[in-house]
This record gives sequence, structure tokens and C-alpha cells, in this order.
Amino acid sequence: MTFRIGPRTSQIIFYVILLTMTAIVVIVLFFIIFYVLRNGVDQLTLEFLSDKTREMGKEGGILPSILGTLFITVVATVIATPLGVGSAVYLVEYTRAGPIRRIISFGADCLAGVPSIIFGLFGFIFFVISMNLGWSILSGGLTLAVMILPTIIRTSEEAIKSVPHTYREISYSLGGGKLDTILRVVIPTALPGILTGVILGIGRAVGETAAVIFTAGSSLGLPTSIFSSTRTLAVHFYILAREGISMPKAYGTAAVLIIIILAINFIAYRLMHRFIARYY
Amino acid sequence: MKDKIAEKLLLFIALSAIISLMLITFFIFQQGIPLIFKAGLGNFLSLKWAPTRGGFGILSMVVGSLMVTAGALAVGIPFGLAAAIFLAEFSSKAIQKTLKPIIELLAGIPSVVYGFIGIVILVPFIRETFGGPGFSVLAASIILGIMILPTIVSISYDALLAVPNTYREGSYAVGATKWQTVVLLLLPAARSGIVAGIILGMGRAIGETMAVIMIAGNALKIPGSILDSVRTLTSTIALELGYAAGDHRGALFACGSILFLIIIVLNIIAIRITSRK
Repeated sequence: MTFRIGPRTSQIIFYVILLTMTAIVVIVLFFIIFYVLRNGVDQLTLEFLSDKTREMGKEGGILPSILGTLFITVVATVIATPLGVGSAVYLVEYTRAGPIRRIISFGADCLAGVPSIIFGLFGFIFFVISMNLGWSILSGGLTLAVMILPTIIRTSEEAIKSVPHTYREISYSLGGGKLDTILRVVIPTALPGILTGVILGIGRAVGETAAVIFTAGSSLGLPTSIFSSTRTLAVHFYILAREGISMPKAYGTAAVLIIIILAINFIAYRLMHRFIARYY
Repeated sequence: MKDKIAEKLLLFIALSAIISLMLITFFIFQQGIPLIFKAGLGNFLSLKWAPTRGGFGILSMVVGSLMVTAGALAVGIPFGLAAAIFLAEFSSKAIQKTLKPIIELLAGIPSVVYGFIGIVILVPFIRETFGGPGFSVLAASIILGIMILPTIVSISYDALLAVPNTYREGSYAVGATKWQTVVLLLLPAARSGIVAGIILGMGRAIGETMAVIMIAGNALKIPGSILDSVRTLTSTIALELGYAAGDHRGALFACGSILFLIIIVLNIIAIRITSRK
């Protein structure tokens, strides 16, 4: 006689397995965040955040890296936002299903899957060498702009798509042209969704290492212009950890990175939810 | 008039993504392909990597990349699918709303942080439990497996939710349990989306760089076991680009070309699967 497990029992067994595996995933995430914060949080003094980096990072603070990260992210965002939002507007408002839309969508989807080391290679040969911009905030920012472009396109596209059609029709019926309608009705309505995309892009840029280490370099001086080489927080953390320069400083830098990433994701999540609550 | 100019300008802007992709393709290949011809296919596909002395063999790195990617999938697929099924089919709306952004947060954590967690926790654990150097295929597989989770979970979850509710209702009506419905109906119906998610996860794993450098050990040989050190295509590029010149730099771009080719093929497969609805 063969032993058979009834459908009710198998249901319970698999429910428990799924629950356990999901729980493990969530626990791993919380563990990573908790572990980094617990070890890094007592490094987070005002001095650490506002002091120059000394002796390759063994002493002093992380001010140059904070500024470097900020400047590179600003350059990337300022370039990628108009390109990304413009692409999304064109996709939703000006194209129908057809070859042009397929090509643009393919470009965005494919770019989204390109790994950061390829962006690093490209930025190095194109911006740093061919365009002669050197290792600089500008080269790093341009490289990251290309990298975060698909995130902004895709999120803005969804946001613009979800603006109710009646809004556009009312604007047309009041005599508004297409461009007026887009600028005064569609974009303002979709703004929280668009901002979510921009913020998620910023999150990617802040945490990036491979694409900036070969385009912005790893100089520890305070940046003076967009042509200065700089070392972002992620790159600084990588060098501290890998070369074992200072574990306490590495934990401190990691904690700063994690706090920024958590804040960015929290803001993006809140914005998205307010947007969804309004239109769905 | 104003509308016409705006449309032309927006078309130009909208081509930025595809133009970037073409520029990337052109520059990576233009820098990498000539070296493959110069070195010859025999040399390029050999085991000897000594780029300053004419050895351009990338075989051990290709094998390394494939090994850690396979390992990452072995970790990421079961956990990713389990979480997606649990969220889509066995959770209330409230749990979905809480857990989905939490799992997506995993995608936001920088890869250097994953690498660091690997160095301080996973590597010592593997060294003390299983022996070997700790910096290994196993360590890289586990960390990469965690890193590709959000991709697999998000896309599989969306694919499961897209299965019409009539499937579930019909199945319950004939007396099937939830689990039977999942296995017999929902997973087959959502198959293409799930496969696309796995392929994109695979692309992420094969292209990941910083986390792998920090925990894989980077020894230049084909690993004999999962406890051995391993070096991938991506780690070689990142470790050597800083000081490479001439043919050595060309060889790194050749590695990049191979990697880029693999990624583009994976992307195209995933895009075709998801747009075939």
C-alpha cells in the first residue's frame, strides 16, 4: 500500500514552506540593514560628516565624498530628467503602436539591463578619453545620466499613461493646444509619479560604484569644479573595505549610504502611494 | 507651429535611449573586437591570461562567470518564486502592500554593501564551516542570489497577478486546493512572465561586478569545487582597467564585448517573451 498525502495536508505543508522562504528573504534584508546601521551608527558624528578625509581614509571624515556624490548625482539628474520625461511624453502622447514606439521602448528596456561595469567601460572610453573630459564629476555624472535614463523613462511613462483621458479632452475643449495640454495638464497631474522615477534614479546613482570609479576617479580632494576628479561615497566605502584601511570608517560610510538609500526609497514609496491613491 | 516644433524636439529627445545604446555598442566593440582578431581565436579562448605578455585567454573567466551565475540562479529562483507565489496567492492586500516595497528595497541596496556583508559575515562563515579560503564560488552565488531576488520576485509576482481570476474560481469550483491551483494552473499560465524574470535576473548576476570582486577571491583558474576561489569577466575588467594600457586595455574591452553580447541576447529574449501577449 502506498502512502498518500491528502490535498489538504500538502496545502498546509507547502504554505509553511512558502511562508518560511518568504520570511527568510525579509529577514536577510532587515539583517543587512540592521547590521550595517548597528556597526556604523556610532561613527556618525558631526565631525565625521564635515571633516576632510585624511591618511587615505584612516583618519578624518567623509566630506569630500559626500560633496562628490552630491555633485555627480546632481549632474546625472539634471541631464537625465528632461531626456527621460521628454521620452516618456513622446511615447505616450505622440506615438501609437508601431515601429517608432517599438524602437524607443526597446532602447529603454535594453539600456535598463546593461550592467554598470559596461557603463563604466563606455564612460571611460567615451567621456574620459574620447571627449577628453578626464576623470571628473562631469564624466561620472554623464555616465550615470545614461544609466538612470531608463528608470526615469519607464516610471514617467506609467505616470503619464495613468492621467485620465478626460483631463486632456477638457483641455482641448477649452481651446488648449497639444503642447499646452501636456505642459499645463498632463505633466502637473503626473508629477508625483514622474518624481518617483527621478528619485529612484537618484537612488541608483548614489549607490553606484563600477560606473563611477572609472569615470570620476577616486581623488580625495575637495571638488572645486565639475572638472575635478572625485571619490563618491560608494567608491570610498569600497576602497576602505577592500583594502582594509579602516573598518570603523568603512562601517560609518556604509551607514551613511544605507541611510540615504532608505530615505530615498521611503520618499519614492510615499509619493507613489499618494499618486496611486488619487488616480486608481 | 509651436506644436510641430515641440513634436520634432520630443522625437529627438525620445531617441536618447536608443542612441545611447548604439553609442555604447559601438565604443565597446570598436575597442574590443580588434584585439580578438589580433590575438586570434585560439589565444582568446585559451586558459592563459597574461595580457602584458601576449596571453589573452578568457576561458577561465567565462567559466567563472557562468558558474557564479548558475549558483545565483540556484539560490535566487527557489526563494524568488516562493516569495512571489506567497505574495500573489497566499497574502492579504495589507501584507502585499507591506512586503512588496520591502523586497524591492533589496534592489536599492548598493552592490558594495552586499559585497561588504559577504566579506564580514558570509566568507568567514564558509571558511570555518566548510573549509577552503571562504572567498569562493559559494559565497558569490549566495550574495548574487540575494541580489537578483527583487528582479525575480517583482516580475513573477506581476505575471501571477495578471492571470485572470476566472482561472482560480474555476479551479476552486471543482474542489482544488489553493496549492493545487498554483501548481496546476497559475504557474503554467504565468510561465512566460516568470521565465522573463529569471532571464533578467540572470543578466543581473552575470553583469554584477563590485560584490563579486569583494567575495569571489579572483584567482585565475577554473575552480575545482564551489569552495574554490573564482574570477569572472566583470571582476577582471574592474580589477585591471585602472592600470591597463595598449593591448591589455583592448583585451579588457574584449571581455566587455563578450559580456555585452551575452547581456544583449538575454535582454532581447526577455523583451520578446514579455511583449508577446
